Amino acid sequence: MLQIRTPKTGRAKREVEKRAPKIVETGKKTLILHGTKTSQVLNTVLTEIYHLKKDNAVKYTRRNDNIRPFESGGETSMEFYSLKTDCSLIVFGSHSKKRPDNLVIARTYDHHIYDLVEVGIENFKSMVSFSYDKKLAPQIGSKPFFAFIGEGFENVEELKHLKEVLLDLFRGEVVTNLNLAGLDRVYVCTAVSSNRVFFTHCGLRLKKSGSVVPRMELVEVGPSMDLVVRRHRLPEDGLKKEAMKIAPELTKKKEKNVSKDAIEGKIGKIYMPDQQVGSVPLPNKAKGVKRERREAKKKGDTKKHEVKKQKLEA
Amino acid sequence: MGEVEEQQQQYQIDLSNLFAFNPHHNFPSVPPSREELVKECLELGTKLVQAVADALFSLPSVEDRDGPLVKLPTPTIRLPREKPLPKPRPPTKWEVFAKKKGIQNHKKDKLVFDEQTGTWKRRHGYDRVKDDIDIPIIEAKMTDEPGVDPFAKRRSEKKQRVEKQERHRLQNLKEAAKVGALPSHVQLAATAIPITGTQAAPRKVSKEELQNVAGMAASATASGGKFDKKLPGEKPQKHEKKYRKFLPVVEGSGMGSLERQQTDKVLSKLMSKNSHEILNVEKAVNMYNVKREKKRRNQPGKSSSTSSKLKPKNPHNKTSKKGSSFKGKSKKGSSFKGKSK
Repeated sequence: MLQIRTPKTGRAKREVEKRAPKIVETGKKTLILHGTKTSQVLNTVLTEIYHLKKDNAVKYTRRNDNIRPFESGGETSMEFYSLKTDCSLIVFGSHSKKRPDNLVIARTYDHHIYDLVEVGIENFKSMVSFSYDKKLAPQIGSKPFFAFIGEGFENVEELKHLKEVLLDLFRGEVVTNLNLAGLDRVYVCTAVSSNRVFFTHCGLRLKKSGSVVPRMELVEVGPSMDLVVRRHRLPEDGLKKEAMKIAPELTKKKEKNVSKDAIEGKIGKIYMPDQQVGSVPLPNKAKGVKRERREAKKKGDTKKHEVKKQKLEA
Repeated sequence: MGEVEEQQQQYQIDLSNLFAFNPHHNFPSVPPSREELVKECLELGTKLVQAVADALFSLPSVEDRDGPLVKLPTPTIRLPREKPLPKPRPPTKWEVFAKKKGIQNHKKDKLVFDEQTGTWKRRHGYDRVKDDIDIPIIEAKMTDEPGVDPFAKRRSEKKQRVEKQERHRLQNLKEAAKVGALPSHVQLAATAIPITGTQAAPRKVSKEELQNVAGMAASATASGGKFDKKLPGEKPQKHEKKYRKFLPVVEGSGMGSLERQQTDKVLSKLMSKNSHEILNVEKAVNMYNVKREKKRRNQPGKSSSTSSKLKPKNPHNKTSKKGSSFKGKSKKGSSFKGKSK
């Protein structure tokens, strides 16, 4: 039996409506998980990612032994957490002998795994190790710039995927209006080789220049690390198609003079130009006209010869 | 995509995401030291960010108290959604009807003028306009039946209207659920309690029952399920190897006579099955006699020889509890019909 359940309190109702699907999506939440074993480096990395995304991230501190992202049965726990916390990005860190300092970034669609990227972390430098002017420290929740350098990001499939995932992860809220005074951070990713990406987080200093556009200066602020791409799983075609859909209302151009009615269907308006009925030439030759022409011809034959003679003379 | 040409190099820029991509850079050789690599990356990054900022600051801006506000264009890089697109809600039955008839929905005022008191009262809530409690007199109409209470009738009619509205609301929600376009705060949950309330709730199958059924299904093969591959986690079927239980040869001390218990069990089974046929003749006769005595006492004038048929009375099972009363158990009642004194 199916029963219709509605939330009883206003607060519950607002929470449920927040989680409902929207036509235009703003901001994905991130979930940070630990695996069976995590190293010191990995712990710091996960904490710093959490700090970078403090507004819209959830960090779980317990170990999760039953999460194996690339195995067929090992994703159920991730999907369950994603459902409960309403997070569509999952960052999962684990450490093993075969894959040291392993970070798996997963995206979900409708709380099912959409795609996965696995990277290893090397040469990690934490936020604390950088010294800089305190005024440059980026604020939490500010919209970041992205700078991707290297032809690897276009040619190598794994790096292309990683580019998309990193953009999705650090993008923050999708806004239409942006305050130019609040721009203070950059994520710089460089493809050093075909499987290694140098990733760093910098603060921005806007310097006065002659024109309206200020001169940008980058100061390394946050964590910097080398990402070594290990494995990745692209989304299935059908799922990808469905996930990339845009609401038809947004793409349609306004058709003029056409409106849709729920009962009658599509209604169109046709504008007729002014018909001047009197001056329209008749297409069919009416019988009366024919006879007139015949008679006129008979009369006119004699006249024509006279006319010609006159011209020759003149 | 917007392209900014700088020194014969084109960057791919997506303004809405503040994203710049330089696809042309190639590291011919890995720089020797880490600092140099970092420096080079920062330099290249600065150029890219400058390019984005150029495009960004050239957009028309609105002055706000915090700073200049800029309207960003639509993003060029498409990223996948996190949840499926919401489906448009199908129009409700009333909406379809209203559209067909051309009924416009007019906004109602919160205050309405009440003729009875001559004041402005609110439309809903405490002390409202046309409340049932304010009506002092209902005039009788020709169509009214004599015994009907008009006040009660009003109340019951209102109740019916409210119930009808609720039914229609649920129907509309079900229609929306069929399409997959439930409003976001409503959830359809599968519960044991039915909406209609008249049908019996389906019994929840327990884990043990499911296991039993699964075991039965698994062993329903020609070889009794012995050679089938077992799935991981499937427990072996619970079934005792022995089908017959034999009593031990030597009885242990402290236990009642097992043989006696066994025979008692068999006997009670038989008795309970055939209790309607077994007749305790003695008891039947006694009961008959007692009844006759009573009748004689109540009606002394009547003749005693009323040939009432002997009614076969079923003895209760209580009489046959003990194994010792074996009298007349096997005799059937049919042979005693027609016995009269």
